[in-house]
This record gives sequence, structure tokens and C-alpha cells, in this order.
Amino acid sequence: MARTKLKLPKPARTPDKLSTVAQLRKVARIGDAIGSATQALLKPTRSLGFPYRKPTAPKGVEVPAEPSKLGADFDTDFARKAPAKALRKIVTQGPVRALVRALADPEVVGLDRLADLERMDDPPAVIFAPNHHSHLDTGVMIVAVPEPWKSKLVVAAAADYFFDSRVKGTIAALALNAFPIDREVTGRKSSDELRRLLDTGWSLVIYPEGGRSPDGWGQDFKGGAAYLSNRTGAPIVPVFIDGTGSIFGKGMNKPKAGKSKVVFGAPLWPSDDENTRRYNARIEAAVTALGDEALTDFWTSRRRAAAGTNPKLTGPEYNGWRRQWALAEHRRLGKAGQRRRQKRRWPDLG
Amino acid sequence: MARPGFVLEVDKSTPPLLFWRGEGFSLEKLPAGRSRVIYPPEPLEAIKDVDGAILEALLNPIDSEPLPALLFPGMKLTIAFDDVSLPLPKMERPDNRQRVIEAVLDLAAAAGVDDVHLIAALGLHRRMHEYELRHALGDRIYDAFHGRGQLYQHDAEDLDNLEVVGTTDQGEVLEINKRAAESDLLVYVNINSVAMDGGWKSVCTGLASYRSLSHHHNPTTLENTKSLMGHRDHSALHQSVWRLGKVLRDSGPRIFQIETTLNTDMFPSPFDFINKREWEWTAKDRAIYLGTTKSLKRTPIKMARKIFHGMQGPHRMTSVQAGETSAVHEVTLQHVYRQQLVEVQGQTDILTMGIPFVCPYNPDGVMNPVLVMCMGLGYLFNMYRNKPLVREGGVIIMTHPTYKDFNPVHHPSYIDFYEQVLADTTNPAEMSRKWEQQFAEDEWYRHLYRTGNAYHGVHPFYAWYWGAHGLQHAGKVIIVGGEPAVVRRLGFTPASTMDDAFEIASDVVGRHPTISHMHVPALLVADVK
Repeated sequence: MARTKLKLPKPARTPDKLSTVAQLRKVARIGDAIGSATQALLKPTRSLGFPYRKPTAPKGVEVPAEPSKLGADFDTDFARKAPAKALRKIVTQGPVRALVRALADPEVVGLDRLADLERMDDPPAVIFAPNHHSHLDTGVMIVAVPEPWKSKLVVAAAADYFFDSRVKGTIAALALNAFPIDREVTGRKSSDELRRLLDTGWSLVIYPEGGRSPDGWGQDFKGGAAYLSNRTGAPIVPVFIDGTGSIFGKGMNKPKAGKSKVVFGAPLWPSDDENTRRYNARIEAAVTALGDEALTDFWTSRRRAAAGTNPKLTGPEYNGWRRQWALAEHRRLGKAGQRRRQKRRWPDLG
Repeated sequence: MARPGFVLEVDKSTPPLLFWRGEGFSLEKLPAGRSRVIYPPEPLEAIKDVDGAILEALLNPIDSEPLPALLFPGMKLTIAFDDVSLPLPKMERPDNRQRVIEAVLDLAAAAGVDDVHLIAALGLHRRMHEYELRHALGDRIYDAFHGRGQLYQHDAEDLDNLEVVGTTDQGEVLEINKRAAESDLLVYVNINSVAMDGGWKSVCTGLASYRSLSHHHNPTTLENTKSLMGHRDHSALHQSVWRLGKVLRDSGPRIFQIETTLNTDMFPSPFDFINKREWEWTAKDRAIYLGTTKSLKRTPIKMARKIFHGMQGPHRMTSVQAGETSAVHEVTLQHVYRQQLVEVQGQTDILTMGIPFVCPYNPDGVMNPVLVMCMGLGYLFNMYRNKPLVREGGVIIMTHPTYKDFNPVHHPSYIDFYEQVLADTTNPAEMSRKWEQQFAEDEWYRHLYRTGNAYHGVHPFYAWYWGAHGLQHAGKVIIVGGEPAVVRRLGFTPASTMDDAFEIASDVVGRHPTISHMHVPALLVADVK
């Protein structure tokens, strides 16, 4: 069908070049007037100087840096106030839960091991110590941790990653009740603050590995969780999370939905005759045994635990392709392997 | 602090009392001035560190070396455990069996023991469903052992897997599970709800064959079992079992017995009002009672059963002891009596009791008429020490709907027992003589017992014999609220209301009889002086 073009009358243009130059000059004059008026306004402030302006530093004096409000110094107290708690409940019970279900579909086992703690008149705050393969682990833990701890749960998050900007830190604190913690050395402030949280009934999720696994295998446990447990008397609940590494492991650009499994272990209590290093080794051994239990079964895991032969979370000693090769085999046994399992079919014989 | 049990003399201000009526309740007024109610002690304080207490018991057993000293690489270790008949209602997870067996397995793993078998000690009870095994043992144990074929259920009819251990001086043959008999160590994990369980009865019935069980599960023995929950000297059944136990100790495998006792915290919220004394019911309790009873009346029976059988009781552990069977059991009995014993002065003319929805033989099933008799006359009547609460020739009044309803999967032989045997006779000795062998050797029942989830063909006879002493002792048995035809088939008298029942009872005990009411469950043992 032929389209009719609507023709509008063009506005009349004055080809008079002289009048255009006059207009430009007029605009320039107005601009100059505004500029000089602004200068006139700013001049007295500039002349006022300190304290209206930033002080200048005398020569030879080192000015101390402003205290940082980012990283481990990020103040997250607001996230534990009633309005933030209410908001977080909505977020964790709604979008976080839905996201975790959709991406990781966690199977939670071993909660019966927490029954004694749960049945106490005043269940104590505990430190959950899971292995760490993915950002999803925190979501999975928030979904998997049972009441009465779920509603008072703080997640220790890497200060340099989650709290390096105000916006990121505020979101992490609000949505996940994240608390900044140094990966390498738990500073005195962090540790005092975490102790205060435990003493006031908040339970913690601390990843003793200090960060997500770089290559799919676990990392050696750092002593932060053991130290806190030793100092506060709070029990540590070892947890093994299987499968999240292949859903959204470190280095993956986007998640790949699959299945995961969360195995809770029996609570571990600090002992008077055990230093932090040994206690930390006990926690690592417990998580290692749970890892074995998740991939094999309880009896196999207990026998290997007794013999000290549970497969290490850190994987084989060798490096290179063999390590990755072994990882593929290791994952095949776990939840990650279930995703790739093909449905059996009868052969097509024509 | 738990208050002890006590006997309430009923007066005019006593509120109506709670009676179970199967899958429901009723409140009944008892005559003032001549009635008394026996209330059980309140639940004792439970062990706080259960896993610690279990480990302590295993490392410091009674009259035995510590468990780790009995474990060595290359040995055959068998762990037998009580079946689904205990506790009632089922226990909140984790079950005590799981906790104890996990502790034993930890020690076995540390000792390098590879050959471990777990056997559900069913006796002639039905095989447990997978979900029941998972509940009792936990998913970890089930997943680790069942797939390997190292977790299974005892089969009292598997002749290839039974072994004769020996014979008592009275000719009783002890034949038990072959794997258990050939083990280097047999660990038995018991849950002790009532005083009659545990001790040598655990292995000598739970892992025994029909041939072996028939030596003590018969009318003669059970009529002479005058005190199931009390003194062993008054129980022909326990004397027989202890004789078999001596054979087991002398000629059988080494046994390491682990017994646990429970408090009477049996019902979860909102049903915890059942355990309370009526005058202490709060407004909430009364509202729940009213709401529950009214709605249960309108609920289809199958759904009501599902609700009740779905209950999981707290059942907190009050003690755990391990070691030599007899010595362990003596300590267990002290703990059971500490929780359940109530001192009562003298007998009365009438004993009243409410029959609940469950007995040891119908977990997740139907409380059929035979089991109503078994629960009333076999269990509740026998909850005494020294002498029964009701005088000889007195009247027993039970409340239960006593419908003609059976679970065909669990109780196939009960159906034929009801239709054929009870139509012929209710006399235990006579039915034993005329019918027992036919049921015991029936191939179809045997097949269902061995491969399905059915009680053994002879089991309804045993359930009936269990009440033999009560039948012999009582002058009349009345069931309030039961279907008349069914109640008559049992040989009892039906009544519509409690007042009618008292009226009917007056033929036997006169116009002004004395009455005892057992406020069960929770469980109690009346120590009648």
C-alpha cells in the first residue's frame, strides 16, 4: 500500500547573518555577567580560609590518614536493628530463598545432630564453620540453618571484597547480615566485635578457609573460628557444603543451576587443654569427615576418620592437570555429578 | 522438680477425668467417696548431655570390660536393636537407638572393625518399613549399611539362619539368629519403656525363633505370670526367659547390653494436656481438648489415625547403662521404677482404664479388637507390682470404640483369628490346643511375615495370651463405647456410657463398689500394698 507522506510547512528562516552575530554577542555578554557575579560571590569565602576551608598542612608535618569507614571498619550495627531485621526477613525468605532453591536446590542433612542444642532452654549462639566454594554458600547457609539460629545469624564476609564501598557494604549488611572480617588476620576490633555479637546471642557463619576455593579444591583452615570459639565458649558446628563450586564457583561468569547438599556435623566444644591450632585442626578434620560422609556414607567416613584417611578437602598434593582431573572425578561422586547423569535409554536398534 | 505420682480420692469437687477412647478422648465423672485416681509421676529431668552419657556408659560399663576392649580388627560384630514397638508414640528424632548405635560404631571404627551387621530384633513382630528404620536409626546409618546388606531384620522363620544355642534344664530350646550366635560380640541396644522389657528378654525373644518363643509365650506360662512389671519371681514368663538367658550366657556369643530409660514426657504440644492433671488444665488446654474432641468426632477415622500415629513424643532419656545383661537390667529397673512407680493402698472392686489409639503391636496401624483386649488386659491391667489394682473377681471397665477394623497388611492373621478362633472360643488354653498350630504353620502367613510387613501367623494368639492372667483374674470385663457385636465376640460386655457400665458391674460387685482409675498414658506402675 502506498504511504502518503505528510508535508509540513517549513518555518521561515532569516538569512540575515548580521542579526545572528548580534545575538551571539548578546549571549556572550550575559555569560560574562554571570561569571563575574559568581566570582564576586565566591571571593569572600576564599578569603575566609580555615576553618571554612580545609586546613593547609605545615611543611614537615605528616598528616595522619582519615580513619577508614570501609573494609573491616565498616559499621554494620544498623543491620541488626529491628527495621533492618524485618527487611532482611522479607529478603531472605523471599528472593534469597527462591534464588537458592532455583540455583542450588540444597538437600540438608544432619540437623538431628543439633537436636540437643536446640532443645536447651536457652539455645546457645553457635559458630557455623562450612567449607567455601561459592558466593552461593552464604545463601545456602541462610536457607539451611535451622531455627532458633536462623533468625539471629551473622555472616562473616571478606572485608576487602564485600565492604570496599559504601553501597556494596550496605547491601551485604542489610540483605545477608554480613559482618566484615579480615581474611588473613582477624584484627582486634573485628574479633572483639564478633565476641560481642556471640555474647549477645548472635550466631555466626565463618568460612575458616578465608575465601572461596580458587581451583575447586578446599583450602587449609585458618584459625579465626577456633580462636573465637575458644575465647567465647560458643560451640562450633562443622558444616560441609557440596556442589556449589560447580554451580557458581570462583571464576565463573554466570551460575549454572544444579544440586547441592549441606551436611551438618555434631557441635564441637572448645577444650581447656587444647590450643587454637589443635582446635582448628579438629574442626578441619570434622568438616573433612563430613565431606567424606557426603560423598560416601556415614560408616565409610567414620572408619576413615578413625584411621585418619578421610580424603583431604584440599585435594591431592600434586599440581597441574592431574589435580583438575582428580577434581572432575571427585565432583562426579557428589551432588555435581547428579546433574550430568544421563537418563538411561534403551539403545536404538533401528 | 518433677512431682511424684499420687492417688487422688475422688470427691464432689473433682472434675471429670480424662479417658482415652481410641482415636479420641472423653471426660468421665467417677462416683465421689469411693473412687480413686492413680496419677503417674511427672516426667523426670532428662540427661542434658546424652551423647556424653552414652559414651560414659560404653567406656565404664557395669560388670564388663569397656566396649573398646571388646573390639578388635577382623572380628564379627553384630548390633541388634529394639523394633518399632518401642517407644509409643514414636520418639522425636534423633531416636535413642540412633544415638547409641552411632556411638558404638564410632568405637568400632576406631578399633578397625569392618564386619558389622545391624539386625532389627523383631521376634515375631512385623518387619519395619524403610521409613521406620530410617526414623529409628537415622538416615546416616540406614544409608551406610542397608545398601551393603549389613542392615536387615530378624527372620524367625529363616531356618538356614537360625542356630540352636542350647537347652535349659526344663527342656526349653534357645534358638536365635545365626549371625548373632556366631558373632564375637553381640551388642544389644534397648529402649526400656516398661519394666517387663529388657534384660535377657531382649535377645531371647527379639532374635529367637518361633520354636524358642513358644516355650514361654503360651497360655500356661502367661496365666502364671502374676506380675509382668514387678517381681520376676511372680512371672513365669520372666523365669523362663532368664533360664534361656543363662543358656545364652554360658553357650552363646559374648553380649554387651545397652539399655536406656525414658521419662514420661510422651506427648508433644498441643497434646501435652493428656499428661496433665485435670484441675491444672489452663484455658488453652481446655480449648485444645474441646477443639480436638469435637473435630475428631467429625474426622474420618483414617485421617484421625494418621494424625495420632504421626505424633512424635519427646521421650527424653533419663538413664543409659551398659555391660553385663543382668546387672545392667537391675539398674534399668531402678530407673524405670523411679519414673513410673506409685504406691497404692489395697485393691478395689472395679478398675477403669482408657484404651488409647496405639499399643506395641499397631504402630502406624489399626487398633483392632484383639489388640484392644491385649492392651487392656495384657498391658494396662498388668501395670502393677505385688498385686493387681482390682481384686480377684472384680470388674475391669475399658473405654474404646472397638470397631471391627483390621490392617490387612500388618494383621492378616488377626482377621482370621477374629472370625474363626474367637467365634469358637475365647479361652486361651482351648484356642492354643485347637487352633494355634494351624495359624503358626500357615504358609501364606509365613510368607507375609517373611517378605511383607505382617505379624507372624501366631501373633494374635500371643496377643490374646498376653491378657490371659487378666481374663482369669477379672469377674467381668466391660467396654464402654465399643461396637456391641464386636465386644461380645471378645467375650466382654458392651456398655453405652460409664454409668451404664457401673450399673452392669453391680451384678458382680454390688451397688457401692470401690473404683480405681489408672490415669494412663503416661505410664505408671501401681505398687499395690
